[in-house]
Amino acid sequence: MEKKIYFDHSATTPVDKEVLEEMLPYFTEKFGNANSMHMFGQEGAYAVDTARRKIASLLGVAVNEIYFTSGGTEGDNWALKGSAEAFKDRGNKIIISSIEHAAMISTAKQLEKEGFEVVYLPVTDKGLVKEEYLEKVIDNKTILVSVMLANNEIGTIQPIKNLAKIAHEHGALFHTDAVQAMGSIPVNIKDLDVDMLTFSAHKFYGPKGIGVLYIRNGVKPEKLIAGGHQERTMRGGTTNVPSVIGMAKALEIAIRDMDKNYQYVKSLRDEFVRLVESKIPYIVYNGDREKRLPQNANFSFEFIEGESILLRLDLAGIACSSGSACSSGSLEPSHVLLATGLPIEKAHGSIRFSFGKHNTMDEVIYAADKLTEIVSVLRQMSPLFKEIKGETKNV
Amino acid sequence: MYNDRVVKEFSNPQNVGEMPDANAVGTVGNATCGDIMKIYMKINENDIIEDVSFQTFGCAAAIATSSVATSMIKGKTVNEALKLTNKQVIDELGGLPPQKLHCSVLAEEAIKAAINDYLTNYKNSKK
Repeated sequence: MEKKIYFDHSATTPVDKEVLEEMLPYFTEKFGNANSMHMFGQEGAYAVDTARRKIASLLGVAVNEIYFTSGGTEGDNWALKGSAEAFKDRGNKIIISSIEHAAMISTAKQLEKEGFEVVYLPVTDKGLVKEEYLEKVIDNKTILVSVMLANNEIGTIQPIKNLAKIAHEHGALFHTDAVQAMGSIPVNIKDLDVDMLTFSAHKFYGPKGIGVLYIRNGVKPEKLIAGGHQERTMRGGTTNVPSVIGMAKALEIAIRDMDKNYQYVKSLRDEFVRLVESKIPYIVYNGDREKRLPQNANFSFEFIEGESILLRLDLAGIACSSGSACSSGSLEPSHVLLATGLPIEKAHGSIRFSFGKHNTMDEVIYAADKLTEIVSVLRQMSPLFKEIKGETKNV
Repeated sequence: MYNDRVVKEFSNPQNVGEMPDANAVGTVGNATCGDIMKIYMKINENDIIEDVSFQTFGCAAAIATSSVATSMIKGKTVNEALKLTNKQVIDELGGLPPQKLHCSVLAEEAIKAAINDYLTNYKNSKK
């Protein structure tokens, strides 16, 4: 294989060399447990403290509002289960959007089994949660509203500030899953006025297995992971010192270089979308064209199935991702695309491309050409293609 | 996820395309489920499948099984083709991931549907 092109940055990103270098000593010579009294431990504790201060300062929040977690899934679980448990005296309604990540949807399903009422907010055809959707279902028994800042599949950016305001007017808490947004667009926690916010380091060139749940001072969800005194007794488990340090460094770089990377990645994405739309007929560009993450492009290719496209692209050296049912093993295609009202047969043929700061325009052009070729070959194989081109619309 | 044989068959499938002069056509599956397999055959007066082709909307496993299953019945009699099982198709491919086993069933069903079409609409109507 002559080329290896990575267009799956919403799945994960490579760790920056600068980040790795800061982490490395904490695996070996500075290996102490940050909870130990002795000098080995205190060396780690000091580094974790410094990292926490750095992250808080980069985000404009208080140091004691930062809680280290194992990543996005834990943050989402903690915010949702912790709030439900802590505030069940208030009521039993939880409101989330219908296009949340599985970490949120699966957790909500568990809470439904425990007797909580979960309301799933609809979205527009562009994947937007409208304020009036929330106003219609929220009441004074609502414990928590959770809407992701930006969607992982179609990149739609939600009006979080307005949604949080509505939640607060009814006395409910507001959490946002900012896993896809953090590091790629500005996230001003105080301005958004959210009570909790989840993010994960590996989406912005940091290590995997580490993240943050921001919890506003005064808000006290139940703990999710019981254990020792780590994270001010709110989250047990030996602190992952090298990863905490790596995350702080990665966030520093992401925020330092945000304007530059935003423009660059967006220019790659925009050119890719332009090329694909000009070369390939019968496609749907899923999501909103404006309120969208710079790295995300998501297309449905009619008459063909997503996994076939994905695998052929992979064989051509291009890595991307599919919301297709077939690649995940479930029979239902992407719940996000279905929530936007995309017909199920089109949802089957969807592919997400997510660009990153190390990609080049040459890669974009090569991939658009290969994709055009692959879609054409697969359509020639499809029993749907010719018939739809001809007189009959249905098979 | 897939073995090399499946990937090879998917990248370079045999017997692809429409067959305008087919006397047996079978379509199974639907777009909502994400799988449609359409098989065309040319069956001669001795009930031998002289030619066979397919068009498939579906995942890599669906395309690979279409390719293998059509190759396996080419030159065979109708009765032999009817005996083809999805298990034989899977064995020929050296195995499929568990969630993809239904694709091989689809191939078996498409072949049966095409032969049924031949028997009801072509052979028997000529008699």
